[in-house]
Amino acid sequence: MEESLPVFVFWNELKCNFATGFYFREMQSENRPIIEVKNVSKYFDDKTALDNVSLSIRKGEFVTILGPSGCGKTTLLRLIAGFQTASEGTILINGKEITQTPPHKRPVNTVFQKYALFPHLNVYDNIAFGLKLKKMPKAEMTRKVMAALKMVGMTDYEYRDVNSLSGGQQQRVAIARAIVNEPEVLLLDEPLAALDLKMRKDMQMELKEMHKTLGITFVYVTHDQEEALTLSDTIVVMSEGKIQQIGTPTDIYNEPVNAFVADFIGESNILNGTMVRDRLVNFCGKDFECVDEGFGEDVPVDVVIRPEDLYIFPASDRTKAQLQGRVQSCIFKGVHYEMVVLCDGYEFVVQDYHAFEAGMEVGLIVKPFDIHIMKKERICNTFEGRMIDENHVEFLGCEFECAHVDMSDKSKDWEHLSIEVDFDKIDLLDDSEDGILTGEVKFILYKGNHYHLTVLSDWDEDVYVDTNDVWDDGDRVGISVRPEDIRVTVK
Amino acid sequence: MVKKILMQTYLWILLVLLYAPILIIVVFSFTEAKVLGNWTGFSLNLYKSLMNTGAHHSLMNAFVNTIAIALIAATVSTLLGSVAAIGIFNLRARGRKAMGFVNTIPILNGDIITGVSLFLLFVSLGITQGFTTVVLAHITFCTPYVVLSVMPRLKQMNPNLYEAALDLGATPMQALWKVIVPEIRPGMISGFLLALTISIDDFAVTVFTIGNQGLETLSTYIYADARKGGLTPELRPLSAIIFVVILVLLIIINRRAGKVKR
Amino acid sequence: MNKLRLFFASRKSWTLPYLIFSVVFVVIPLLLIVVYAFTDEAGNLTLANFSKFFAHPEAVNTFVYSIGIAILTTVGCILLGYPAAWILSRSSSGYSKTLIMLFILPMWVNILVRTLATVALFDFARLPLGEGALIFGMIYNFIPFMIYPIYDTLQKMDKSYIEAAQDLGASSAQVFWKVVLPLSMPGIISGVMMVFMPTISTFAIAELLTMNNIKLFGTTIQENINNSLWNYGAALSLIMLFLIAATSVFNTDGNDNSKRGGEPW
Repeated sequence: MEESLPVFVFWNELKCNFATGFYFREMQSENRPIIEVKNVSKYFDDKTALDNVSLSIRKGEFVTILGPSGCGKTTLLRLIAGFQTASEGTILINGKEITQTPPHKRPVNTVFQKYALFPHLNVYDNIAFGLKLKKMPKAEMTRKVMAALKMVGMTDYEYRDVNSLSGGQQQRVAIARAIVNEPEVLLLDEPLAALDLKMRKDMQMELKEMHKTLGITFVYVTHDQEEALTLSDTIVVMSEGKIQQIGTPTDIYNEPVNAFVADFIGESNILNGTMVRDRLVNFCGKDFECVDEGFGEDVPVDVVIRPEDLYIFPASDRTKAQLQGRVQSCIFKGVHYEMVVLCDGYEFVVQDYHAFEAGMEVGLIVKPFDIHIMKKERICNTFEGRMIDENHVEFLGCEFECAHVDMSDKSKDWEHLSIEVDFDKIDLLDDSEDGILTGEVKFILYKGNHYHLTVLSDWDEDVYVDTNDVWDDGDRVGISVRPEDIRVTVK
Repeated sequence: MVKKILMQTYLWILLVLLYAPILIIVVFSFTEAKVLGNWTGFSLNLYKSLMNTGAHHSLMNAFVNTIAIALIAATVSTLLGSVAAIGIFNLRARGRKAMGFVNTIPILNGDIITGVSLFLLFVSLGITQGFTTVVLAHITFCTPYVVLSVMPRLKQMNPNLYEAALDLGATPMQALWKVIVPEIRPGMISGFLLALTISIDDFAVTVFTIGNQGLETLSTYIYADARKGGLTPELRPLSAIIFVVILVLLIIINRRAGKVKR
Repeated sequence: MNKLRLFFASRKSWTLPYLIFSVVFVVIPLLLIVVYAFTDEAGNLTLANFSKFFAHPEAVNTFVYSIGIAILTTVGCILLGYPAAWILSRSSSGYSKTLIMLFILPMWVNILVRTLATVALFDFARLPLGEGALIFGMIYNFIPFMIYPIYDTLQKMDKSYIEAAQDLGASSAQVFWKVVLPLSMPGIISGVMMVFMPTISTFAIAELLTMNNIKLFGTTIQENINNSLWNYGAALSLIMLFLIAATSVFNTDGNDNSKRGGEPW
């Protein structure tokens, strides 16, 4: 209760300042987007940081942009703040286009990742920085700074040197410095990344509280999926410069649209499966009832099962078990145990409050509505290529030997071919010199009995590989394909 | 865009001003006139007479002395300074601060104080001033710069490197030689180069410690020359050559550094 | 005894050679200046050297004039060098590195040769030698020492400070005056140290640039030492030493302020 008091004071403050019309406008414009990002792309030299991103943020929302490092989330935030300008597309705030507006003229304020508190100014002067620029009368300014300090729980710190503050305290000052300007949108760039776990949890709660009290829009960038699930009204999942999914935390967690999102948000078992018909899926060599329909018959799909949705019990009760296996390992995770169970060659991660020791025979059950089916984005690698001669084909910028192709039919276009290679027919080599071309492993997905890798070739095209070998993110690999595994089709 | 052009123009005007005097020396090294600034037609005679050491024995002598002093002083101060830096780095905070202060004295003092104080030292001890005293004086003001360029390297070094070497069975000496020295080598090299330059460039300290035994360095030679009224014409080609050699050296070093980084 | 052995075994003892060297060639010589300054030729304690200085308006004037020239040079270097450093820090790193090298390169030509070349430049442009030439020559000689440290601090400055200021509503000019300039103070201060100190103690350069018309304090000291007036020369040196000490104390104060809490050392 003590903590909510300063918040209340600040709220009164705000109401006075915004005059009475503010609340009315707020009600009226409930569903009007405050930020609209339309088809925005950003290129750095020849690197694409953002690829045709569109996003609409409603007033008062707490939106989190979530993704692994290098996915373009910070770039997107910086485009909204105005530190960088979009290569293509437009950005609107409050219906006004601001794509080219310099940052100091935008109605947004930013909390920086490493705080960026001015080291030559004390706490008070840091917070008053923006107000001084607006030439605000001194008395009013002092009142606002004090209210902001109160709001972040830093009263009495106003004359402290910012360098003498702890990380958490600097964070609070950085937030106060931004909100004292009463921005319509507060942008937060991984603001808690530098704090320790305990402090981070506390600050999360305080931010959530602050968002409620201030009623302004928060756009929050993080790579921490748990933080995103805890804080947000809406989560925007990004990867490789593209938005993968937008939705509420529950949606994102329960209905991930693709394997990337499923893997990135929470833990999951992702397996290859086949949709036998509506509401019946086959994976791990068995048929399972599920609730999804509309995929067609005998269509390859990705199956996602969350570890907490697998029920585990001793194998003595064989009649119940949908899957039977042996526990490989068992780790205590604080609240629950996490076990890896091997069933018919597939590994499943299972979470349960009871421990099942390694080596135990167990049975597993999963309920139909806990099986989540996702359409496969692709079932094999497809490249564009051309014939060099009857035994050689060019794709991915390299020449490959292939099975003999009869090229006698001159009416066919041998210059524009579609080349297909199965995921498991691509060989990755330790020594990048040995391959026909080289690439870098950039995404690894474990599919129960094999790894599904995304390798960015030096030709800048993705190559998808199924393998049993263990690779790491960022490994340089050689890529080669055997001649008989290359399928050539004339378009 | 206009702003950008204006900014670049400013930089280049400044550079042109900085280089104008040097350019004048280089240009007028190709003419014979006694006085700098008179153009009496293109000629390579000054270069020829510079190469012909007999003709300008004293100038070449001064040049050789300058280089010899600089090389000795830079080598000694690099060794002394690097050893000292490692020692200082291992001191506790208070000792480190004290040594840091002692180290900055010659830098802060300014040439003239260093020169006068060393002069007083040598005359008080009754030491005849000459080559040795000049070298000692140069070591005095060069070493602090070596310490200052080696220290950051030591600070940047992962503190566990040395321990890792010991852990893997190296003796302290081996650990030092195989781990620490390679880590600080760039600092030692830049310290050496810095020492070389300031030693070659020095005039004030040299003039106080060179004595009157007839020893000359480039600086004192030029000073005496200028006082007599005007430069020895051969100084122009000599300066031009030194400048071009250094320019080429720097370009090569920069290129190599660039390549290594890539 | 044990402690001593430990000291020699540890690498702390590696400071010893330099410590001994410094005592002999730095500390003792400085003490000698003090000793000579307060004694006469016979070695008796006296203040005569100092009263001689204050009794000669010419010497005092030279001293004050030298300080004035040093201040002018320093200010000139800041005014001309800061914009250059700022522009360099905003250029692409490869380009700025090359340019910085170009700015430092002239330092490799002997300072006296450079000075004489400046004289030639003034002759060439038919400009009179004198105070103007002196200031130009001084700035010309020392401006690289100002540009480099300022460039260095600007270069290392976290760009997010600038972004934060923009974010809080500062225009480009306000960003500069309220954030960039205050944050680059350490660079300016070390630039001042590297320009002001050498300028007050230069000699020879002034004579060459003004055809012996203007004498700076450094020359006065050198003339006295040359004329075997060691005690008086030592006294003058001590006066200059006080000036240097005063400036550096002022400067380290400023430095401490900006670095507080930063260095873990």
